Amino acid sequence: MTNPKQSLPREVADRSGSAGRGGEPTGPSETTGDPHQGALAHAAEGHTAAKSAGTPAEHADLSAKSAGTPAEYADLSAESTGTPAKPADTLTQKAGLHMPYPPKDAAIVLSHIIFAFAALLLGGVAGLLQGLVRGGMVELPAGIGYYQLLTAHGVLMALVFTTFFIIGFLYSGIANTLGGKLLPATRRFAWFGFVLMASGTVLGTIMILLNKATVLYTFYAPMQASVLFYIALVLLVVGSWSSGFGMIYQYRYWRRKHQGQLSPLFAFMSIVTMLMWLIATIGVAATVILQFIPWSLGWVDTINVMISRTLFWYFGHPLVYFWLLPAYICWYVVIPKIIGGKIFSDALARLSFILLLLFSIPVGFHHQLMEPGISPLWKYIQVVLTFMVVIPSLMTAFSLFATFEISGREKGAKGLFGWLKYLPWKDVRFFAPFMGMLIFIPAGAGGLINASHQMNGVIHNTLWVTGHFHLTVATSVALTFFGITYWLIPVITNRVLTPAMNRLGIIQTVIWLVGMFFMSGSMHTAGLFGSPRRTAYTTYNDHPDAVLWMPYHVAMAIGGTILFVAVILMVYNIFAMMRMPKGDTPYPIGEVSDQAEPTPKLLEKWWIWIVLVVVLILFAYTIPVLEMLGQSGPGSPPWVTW
Amino acid sequence: MHIHRLEKIWIVVGIAMLGVFLVVVGVGAFAMGMQPPGSHHDHAHHTGAIDPEKVDETPPFDNPRLEQVGDKEYNAYMVGYAFGFSPDKMEIPVGSTVHFQITSSDVVHGFQIPGTNVNMMVVPGEVNYLSHTFTEPGEYLILCNEYCGIGHEYMATTIIVS
Repeated sequence: MTNPKQSLPREVADRSGSAGRGGEPTGPSETTGDPHQGALAHAAEGHTAAKSAGTPAEHADLSAKSAGTPAEYADLSAESTGTPAKPADTLTQKAGLHMPYPPKDAAIVLSHIIFAFAALLLGGVAGLLQGLVRGGMVELPAGIGYYQLLTAHGVLMALVFTTFFIIGFLYSGIANTLGGKLLPATRRFAWFGFVLMASGTVLGTIMILLNKATVLYTFYAPMQASVLFYIALVLLVVGSWSSGFGMIYQYRYWRRKHQGQLSPLFAFMSIVTMLMWLIATIGVAATVILQFIPWSLGWVDTINVMISRTLFWYFGHPLVYFWLLPAYICWYVVIPKIIGGKIFSDALARLSFILLLLFSIPVGFHHQLMEPGISPLWKYIQVVLTFMVVIPSLMTAFSLFATFEISGREKGAKGLFGWLKYLPWKDVRFFAPFMGMLIFIPAGAGGLINASHQMNGVIHNTLWVTGHFHLTVATSVALTFFGITYWLIPVITNRVLTPAMNRLGIIQTVIWLVGMFFMSGSMHTAGLFGSPRRTAYTTYNDHPDAVLWMPYHVAMAIGGTILFVAVILMVYNIFAMMRMPKGDTPYPIGEVSDQAEPTPKLLEKWWIWIVLVVVLILFAYTIPVLEMLGQSGPGSPPWVTW
Repeated sequence: MHIHRLEKIWIVVGIAMLGVFLVVVGVGAFAMGMQPPGSHHDHAHHTGAIDPEKVDETPPFDNPRLEQVGDKEYNAYMVGYAFGFSPDKMEIPVGSTVHFQITSSDVVHGFQIPGTNVNMMVVPGEVNYLSHTFTEPGEYLILCNEYCGIGHEYMATTIIVS
């Protein structure tokens, strides 16, 4: 057992920080400068504070700027000049010389992460009970419904755990790569977002527990939940917008200060992720605010069901990429550092993210292939657009394995696959995300089946689909997030991952994989035999087909129980990590390979990509939505069928 | 932008496979008629839209039934509701083709016959269509595969092929 810290070089790699300074301040809002930037340049070279103090020109510049700080940035400049004798304050922190992670940023990141895992625990309890009920092993005590648990499981896992974790993780990396800490305004955006999202979660969970919102996390009309459930969803989404705006604010600020420079890869990828999220959530916000809320308040009598479903799936598919992209950020940017290698190509990494941005949104119809009211031509067009994500996925697979192979060969690996031996299998920060990557291969192949016209008819709304997203989001994404947690908590709490905790992390990952093998494997198989998803225990009057599914449902329950053990261990590990010894853990950000080609500036010209996304969305949706509106009847009155 | 030679090969092979997949799906759908359900929508005598509150007074759903329209050919006019299908229990001779036409009188339901490719959404306000030829005898389960409420798991019927 090697201490995972040993494989971590001490320098911090904000490569862009080493380039020249940006334009001089031009207005009051720009007068603070970036107090950490000069320092970072040296941090990347692993220099000490003493050394960097020897670049007086830069630091003079820095303090001059800090002195002119407007009130808004008072606390930032106060922190950065709190020890005036040592302008390289943040340098020492960045280089891991026993300086604390900025406590205000740590509070933001930690709050999101802990909230996420609390949701995972509650959602895990619901999941365990569901598995046992469906396997015919237990009956719920009076008052709790299977579908209530199913709603809680979906909302807490798919919407709450993911969104909170992602925002916490992205903020940590934004802080690290865009100046070393969050700007005061960014922090305000982050906290405002957190409070809205947390209130939305609490309100939504209460409504679900009161059985006022047993509509599942897809809340399909014309089932009508309490208006408070829809308001809870609005709070969750609007809160996430605030967090997205905070990241964009800090990114724009950094770029103004570093004109002509390439932004750090982590930050670029975070902005793509949040941009996609902002564009995608317009759909769910539109259906909830314009359709569901007026209807559930009784202001209108009916709801257009097909429009609401179409708006939901306009959001619903990019939602899955919103889960995936942060995992890709870990794979592209963090994993190379952890294995002691280099990022294969900055340009290709950015290109694959831009392609994912373009082809994530105009594809929702592949969830609606079995529905009336959409012409076959438009279904096919969106299927073609869906399949385009194969290209960035293949690029990603190539880049990651190129990084693994090159780094192995640099360490002396021989033969075609000798480099495999040089990967740090016993380091949970690598092992958990790597297992996520591996599972993504069959998971992605299953996705191609789901998105195909004819094959979708075999598996639509069967347990196969449940099995599919328990591989994608609940394994590829979840294991990557767990792997991130094992270094992110030490980073932000100024602790070091102990070998014992590392071992627990590996054990937790293996338990998760074993549980998922049983659960997702059985779901896929039972689904192919026709067993429907989202259905409580039933044998359909002992119909022979349904009786045949039962052994698989039992295996699902066993797998779910094993997974629950892994959830408990994960939650325990988080508490235990808070008590690990103090020390410095650098934020692992990979460096780009020396052989990589320079990145074309075009990739950071956002207006081009935003216009292209909008054009693709309008192309894919305008005509079918007009057709839907043109042929729709009077709409549906509300129903409460639970 | 320079791309590594091996990566070029990898991506070109990937895109070629993608092309093959899409051609197979497209030819299946448009040349061989293996379209997803709902595709008869524009050609049918129905407008597609139906008032979900007036299903029981709108033909043909005012009288849900199995109707023989030819030799071993049937129209099944069906309504999904919480929590059942109407008509209940249908019987047809083996080798029959059934044209299912279904709508919902309340919430969204599913219509699936395990062991076949029959799988479609039943949406209030819309009529969905799907045809299937039953070549094997047996008692086929018809079930709702979209959550529709507290009794969702009881929403099922059968079609007997003899």
